[in-house]
Amino acid sequence: MAAGRREAERGRQVAADQAAVRGRLDALWRIEGARIVAALARVTDDVGLAEDAAQDAVADALASWSRTGIPRSPGAWITAVAKRRAIDRWRRSERLQDRYEVLARELQDEGAPEWDPLPDDVLRLLFTACHPVLSTEAQIALTLRVVGSLRTEEIARLFLVPTATVQQRIGRARKTLAAARVPFEPPEPSEWTPRLRGVLHVIYLMFTEGYAATTGENWTRPELAAEALRIGRILTGLIPRVPEAHALVALMEFSASRFAARTGPGGEPVLLADQDRTRWDRAQIQRGTAALARADELSRELGRARGSYALQAAIAECHATAVRADATDWPRIVLLYEALGRIAPGPVVDLNRAVAVSMATGPVAALAIVNRLADQGALHGSYLLPSVRAELLARLGRTDEARAEFTAAAALAGNHRERVVLERRAASP
Amino acid sequence: MKYMFIMRATDEAVQASKDVPFEQIINQMGAYNESMINAGVMLGGEGLADLSEGSALVVDFAEDPPLVTDGPYGETHELFNGFWIVQVGSREEAAEWASRAPLGPGSKLEVRRVTEASDFADFADNEYIRKEELWRQEEEKLNADGK
Repeated sequence: MAAGRREAERGRQVAADQAAVRGRLDALWRIEGARIVAALARVTDDVGLAEDAAQDAVADALASWSRTGIPRSPGAWITAVAKRRAIDRWRRSERLQDRYEVLARELQDEGAPEWDPLPDDVLRLLFTACHPVLSTEAQIALTLRVVGSLRTEEIARLFLVPTATVQQRIGRARKTLAAARVPFEPPEPSEWTPRLRGVLHVIYLMFTEGYAATTGENWTRPELAAEALRIGRILTGLIPRVPEAHALVALMEFSASRFAARTGPGGEPVLLADQDRTRWDRAQIQRGTAALARADELSRELGRARGSYALQAAIAECHATAVRADATDWPRIVLLYEALGRIAPGPVVDLNRAVAVSMATGPVAALAIVNRLADQGALHGSYLLPSVRAELLARLGRTDEARAEFTAAAALAGNHRERVVLERRAASP
Repeated sequence: MKYMFIMRATDEAVQASKDVPFEQIINQMGAYNESMINAGVMLGGEGLADLSEGSALVVDFAEDPPLVTDGPYGETHELFNGFWIVQVGSREEAAEWASRAPLGPGSKLEVRRVTEASDFADFADNEYIRKEELWRQEEEKLNADGK
């Protein structure tokens, strides 16, 4: 009896130790993972192999540290084991001949500086994960996986999809990179600007999906937005002199500062004008202001005008610094949207400009912009256009038309919470 | 989730740190901060001025109105002399970053989670939360009236 209980207790102790090691390992992986994978990828020229080898090493660590305790330099331990695992894997693969020679030499020279992680490796990793041969979905999943160092289950949870789906996405992405023979290199100078734009866009999409989820029960996914912000901040550390990276971080900081106020007690979205501004995160707004100032300073040094992220951040800053909704500098926001429309024209920008015009000048001028968009068939299938139009019609007292537009918007809304709000407006426009 | 690292040091540790060249401390702290900034986790942090400059005060609420005195002098065993705020994925990650701070014997970091809106979800019927809902409905009515 007593022996059985002791046994059970020991079992619990082992499980507890293993849970502690797992927790420590997850934390270490989140901090060191990108650099470990990046250093391995530089030497093996293969992100997939690098990632597999690193994962092998993490599994080894979990088994070994539960028995022996956590080593003094756990990051170095994982890197060393991952190197050996990379070579094991390479031995088994058909690309053995040429690369194996290099790897074997590297391994012999344990102190070889080439194995030490360099900041530029993480940048290469980010460019590879956001490579244009990959679909957007794959870019986002791979970026979260290898640069954000999230586990597949964590990514699945962020996107509310089964783990197997994320696994497939990442697996396919790796196959695509291998098939396209994408080298683990920074882009050519001539390619730099469009490739960087691609990286920024992936981070931005990741953020917006967290900021206003297009699917699912919940209106926002702050954890996903926080991951995008973290990767954005990592990027500004990697390329500190690129204004658009700071501008994107600024835009994300300003937007994220409103998270606590954007969702009502019942989980429903609260419109900007109705938000309790005392719940906005002031420290985050300050970080946004600092990041935008840095972006502007760098742009000035480079003799460039504000780019699209900087303009969007400046608009977000106007909202963030208005103490009350009716203290918002709408004329300035109209000007910023006009500038944005010139460098990044599109119906969503026009629609937002219409909202700003309605606040700065009135609903009549705004409705003209919206009607022009509708005539062009812009944003067909999206709830955005009818919902803005409905709001303007309601303000003009054209109640029946407003009701019809709110109903149309509700039918098109993909997010449950948004639909509920629009249905309520349709009932009493 | 956000965590705060609260730096506490014994008087002896504070004294001992005065023997270390200040530039060395700045460099070590700078490197530590930079590693957290580049990892995208550091949200903010400040160091607190030395007591010897005489800027510190203690406001004691034992009395009404509260008593304001110079200090804190003498009554503390450990002095609170700086803090960081970090955004991390887990308690373990907070512990990992905190352990990397360039501090020595006599110093401690207290690692505390910063509360978020979700901590107050049970207070949805709180006066201020309800007030907000009412303002919102009034606003909607005003909008509907075309004002």
